[in-house]
Parts: sequence; structure tokens; C-alpha cells
Amino acid sequence: MILLRLAFQTVFLALSQIFSNKIRSMLTTLGVIIGVASVISVIAALDGLQNNILGEFEKFGAKRVFIDGRRPESMRNKITWREVQLKEIEVTEILKHSESLDLIVPMWYGGYSIAHGKRTIDSVSVIGMWPSWHKIENRQILQGRQFSAIDEDEKRQVCLINEHAIQELDLDRNPVGSYILVSGRRFLIVGVVETIQMSAMFGGGDTSTEVFIPFSTARKLNPNGWLNYAQGELKDPNAAEDAIAEIRFVLRKMRGLEPDEEDTFQIQVMQRFIDQFNSMAGAIKAGAGGIVAISLLVGGIGIMNIMLVSVSERTREIGLRKAVGARPMIILTQFLVEAVVLCLVGAGIGLLIGEGFVLGLRLMPDSPLSKASVPFWAIVLSVGFSAATGIIFGMFPAIKAARLNPIDALRHE
Amino acid sequence: MGVERVRALDGVDLDIQRNEFVAIMGASGSGKSTLMNILGCLDRPSSGIYTLNGKPTHKMRAGALARVRNQEIGFIFQSFELLPRQSALKNVMLPLLYSKGMFKARKRAKNALKRVGLETRMSHRPNQLSGGQRQRVAVARALVSEPSILLADEPTGNLDSTTSSEIIALFKQLHDEGQTIIIVTHEEEVASHAQRIVRLSDGKVISDNPTAEDPLHRKFVTAMASTIQTQVQDIDQNHIPKQLDDTSTNNSTKRAHELSQETEALDASSIHTMPGTKPARGVIQP
Repeated sequence: MILLRLAFQTVFLALSQIFSNKIRSMLTTLGVIIGVASVISVIAALDGLQNNILGEFEKFGAKRVFIDGRRPESMRNKITWREVQLKEIEVTEILKHSESLDLIVPMWYGGYSIAHGKRTIDSVSVIGMWPSWHKIENRQILQGRQFSAIDEDEKRQVCLINEHAIQELDLDRNPVGSYILVSGRRFLIVGVVETIQMSAMFGGGDTSTEVFIPFSTARKLNPNGWLNYAQGELKDPNAAEDAIAEIRFVLRKMRGLEPDEEDTFQIQVMQRFIDQFNSMAGAIKAGAGGIVAISLLVGGIGIMNIMLVSVSERTREIGLRKAVGARPMIILTQFLVEAVVLCLVGAGIGLLIGEGFVLGLRLMPDSPLSKASVPFWAIVLSVGFSAATGIIFGMFPAIKAARLNPIDALRHE
Repeated sequence: MGVERVRALDGVDLDIQRNEFVAIMGASGSGKSTLMNILGCLDRPSSGIYTLNGKPTHKMRAGALARVRNQEIGFIFQSFELLPRQSALKNVMLPLLYSKGMFKARKRAKNALKRVGLETRMSHRPNQLSGGQRQRVAVARALVSEPSILLADEPTGNLDSTTSSEIIALFKQLHDEGQTIIIVTHEEEVASHAQRIVRLSDGKVISDNPTAEDPLHRKFVTAMASTIQTQVQDIDQNHIPKQLDDTSTNNSTKRAHELSQETEALDASSIHTMPGTKPARGVIQP
């Protein structure tokens, strides 16, 4: 009952006041409108961009770990490039000792010429890996089968090709069972995997022919070659730091590194990239938030100005209200509510404009922001900020009104 | 620094009973506004006691005083002080908005408007009403919270004589219905309807008498009587041909002038307007 009375005394009064000064109220809230509209669109655009980029990361999988050799600056003279390369035994040991890792696969890359019939393609990437690669990569097998443990154990001369290769090598539509020559050796095609186009961000770009062979077969193909890197998968995306520590421990121990020596390898976890990217995006958003705070500040000053005008215009009215029994608190609340409502109306209009702008971004052809949408927290934040602006900048005029002496106010011209 | 302290009121001792009709008179600067502000709980005395209906208002803070004003005082101002954008009804509802009675405000405001005879003008805005009607709305607003005191500050100051007497008649009617009324005025004619006249000068009460016994007022009544006589003569002379008109006008103006000088001489606090001259002038002017 008391609350309802208070609402009548303040909110409705404030609303009617704003309504009776439509144009003035509109112009006053322009600062808030622009501020909110811009924060909404900036955050939505950033969010869209972030979704887009994270989507690319997701193609790799957040749980992916990459390990490869590295020659630290301080050891350039002591150690050769070859010595720091990962060895199969190291990969096996890591798999054995790292509890956070679910899987790990050594990846052997080579460039060889491939031939089928009269067609020959030079320097095709030939990738040697363990059968467990299938579990990490999740590439669909379009025809034939996956690699099996027997292929690996028996160093079979079998290969998987990607779909792209069928065309390139002019193979049958169902190439399983056909043979191709890899560096002059005959390999039986046992399956076809889907072609994945990596985004330019990860050095992808053009799709190319890929040939996959068992790791052991690859070693046989070039006994002096080395494995380029190993890729693993975490049991849990949050176990990134644990996994890094475990792998590091195993590798440092195996390589006999002294405590003062730097790592001769590097470990990269996808989740870490994602975290870094997220924190960067967060920083940009915070920056955008700061800009908005400034525009709300400017808007707030506009509101304060108009509220001061309103107080001095309505001095007699305030005097009368006080004379007939409005307590100072009520007068204060009335003006404060008026300022807050002004700001909220501005925020509402700003939200609409921002949403419209975001819709425009989304509908742009080939937009990287096709997923841009205004996150709920941004709405809450900007409305909250606007209300706070109203309270902060409305406080001074409201106090001024509340403190007016009714006698002087009634005598005011 | 050289701040001069002025005692707006000094040693005022007043006792106003329920259902009294008191006129407070005095020249500007005599302290009557300050007295009215204190009586209306708009201001507090820097020292001394003001007890209203047993409430020690001199000890109260701003919030409590606001509540006292809301419940105990009905203000009527010289310039009406109506909210221009709101209807008569909304204006009358205003005090109830700040009281516990806000949910019955509409009904009570309608009743108050009926009491002042404006039931047909409830939805009109102040600028659609005549001066007298505006002041009636203000009276209704003052009445709506059923206050102990109706406090009117020069209620007829912005009104012409006919409307003034209407408003005064309204006051008399309210007084007959049991309302306590305090009028601050410098018009003897307005004061003549009160039961009691309190005269202030330089912040002090210089006289406090029932209207009939107030010497200044009796002087005024006598003067009035002769003015009215003059008027009657004027009206008689208005019927005779125009050539003769000049002399009579001169005569009556002179007479009115003499009267006003006489009255002023009697009172140091000086009564600026001779209320009786107003209607006279209306007739006299060519």
C-alpha cells in the first residue's frame, strides 16, 4: 500500500512530466541513446566475430594438444635441429605417463610424388600416423575403412586418400582396392576420408591432395626422416595445464635436461589459444565498455543539466507541493525517478537502435558477423549503467529540489 | 562581517481558538508573512513555542512539519498556485497525494469542489477558469484534507471586488460550518468579515481586538459609510445631464482622497489601500 502510494507520488508523476515535455526529453536522452546503441552494437559485433573465430578453433577441437621439437635461442650452438625432434619412443612414453592425455599420435609428414596410371602429382603431403589418429581427427570415412592396429603392426603398404585425391589422380569413383604409387611403391587404397578445408587462419587455404599411411610404413619409407609433431587429446579441456606439466616432465626427464636448461620442445594446447583469444576479446569488450561509460557520462551531464533546468522551472510547483505536505524525501524521489526514467527511456530507444544495427550487420552478404547477436548480459549491463547514470546525475538536482525552502520556492518568479 | 540581524517577529503572543475567524493585518515588513509562515508550519521560530492542536511544531524537523502541513493546514495563496497543466480536480487532489487518504482522493476532491460550488468545472484546467473560480479551486484544495486551519494569504489580492466578495462570502460560509480561518490581509474590507483583528507592526502585535471593537476598523467603517453615501450621490447624479457630471466627480474624488489621508494619519503601520475607494472609482471614472 505504502509502496503503491510512493509509486503514485513519484513514478507516475515523473512519467507524466517526461511525456508533457516530449521533445525536450528526447533531446536530453540523446547521449544515453547513442551510448547504449553503440555499446550494444560493438559488443554484438565483437561477439559475432568471436563466435566466428572460436568456430574455427572448434574445428580442431579445444582438447587438442600439439607437441613438437624446438631449438631454444640459448642452445642454438650446442644442439642440432635434428636432435630436438620428437621420437616415437618419447611419444609412447608420454602416452604411458600422462594421465591427462587421452590419446597421442605421432605425425610424420613427407612430400612425395604420387602416381596413378598416367597421372603423377609431385610433392603431395604424405602423412604417417597411428590408427588412433581417427579418434582425434574425427574425419569421416567416406568409403572403405579406417586404419587398424594390424596395418601399423605389420607395416602394411596401405593408404587412405582424401576425397580430393580421387579427382586429382583420376581414380575410380570407388577407389578402394585400387593401387597408387607413392614414391614408386605400390600402396593399396583401403579408404577415403573427407577433405577438410582449413581456414586461412591456420595456414589452410587451398585444399590439396592428402595421402595417409601407417606410421610404421612411413618410417620404412624414409628411415632417416623424422616425425614432425605429435598431436594428442586431453581427457578434459580444463586439464590443459596438468597435461602440459606432465608432458614436460616426461620429455625433460627423457632428454636429460638440467634444471637451468630450457625446454627443447614446445607444447601447445588449443584450449590455451582459445583462452588467450577470449581474454583478448574480453579486453576489447572492456575497452568498448569504457567508451560507452564516457558517452553515458556525457549523456548523464545532459540529463543533470535538464533536471537542473526542470527544478528551477518548477520551483513554485515544488514549493506548493511542499506546502501541501510533500516531504523532502518524496520530492527527492520524484526528481530522482524522473532522471532515472529519462535514462531508462533513452536506454530502451538505444537498445532498439542497437538491435536494428546488429540486424543490419547480420544481413550483410558474406558478413563474418553473421552470428552477431546482442548478448543478454550486454542488455542488462547497459540498462543498469543507464539507470546508474540517472541516479548519479539526477541526485544533485533532486537534492537541490528537496532542499528548497517552501517559502522561498513559492515566492520564486 | 556586517550581517544585519532583523527580528521579523518579536515577542508575539497569540492564542487562536477552534472555529475562530482571525484577520492578521499589517504593512509590508510588519512581519505578517513571517507570522503566517510560522502558523502554516512552513517556517519555525528561531526561539519560542508554537503549539498546533497540542503538537509542539517548533521542535519538529522538516519531514514532520510536512506531515503537519498536510493534515492540519489548508493554504490559500494570493496567486492561487494551481498546477497549470492539471485539471481542477487533479489540483484539488494534490494534498491527498501526500497523505494516507490518496486512494479516496478523487471522491474527496469532488466533494471539496462541490463545497465551493465548482462541481461543473472539475475537468477544466486553471487557464480555462476565471480568477474567482481559480481561487475557489484553491480553497477546495485547502479544504480537501479537512485541515484544522484554513490559512489564507491575501486571498483576494489578485481578484476584482465582485469576485473578492464572493470569496469572502465563501470564507464566511466555511466559518459558519465550523472551520477555523486565519486570513492575512491588508484590506480592511476583507478584515471586516473576521471576528478578530490582529495588527502587527515591526514584528510586534500592536493590537488584538474583536473586529467590532478595533478602533482603526471602526474608523474605516465610518469612512466607508460616508463613501457609500457619496457613491449613492454619484449614482443619483449620473442620471442628470452630462454637463453637470464633472463637478460631482471632482467632489467625490476629493472626498475619497481626504478620507484616505485621514486613515493613514491614524496608523503608523499605514494601510495602503482604502478598500472603499475601489467601487467608488469604478463609478466615477468617465
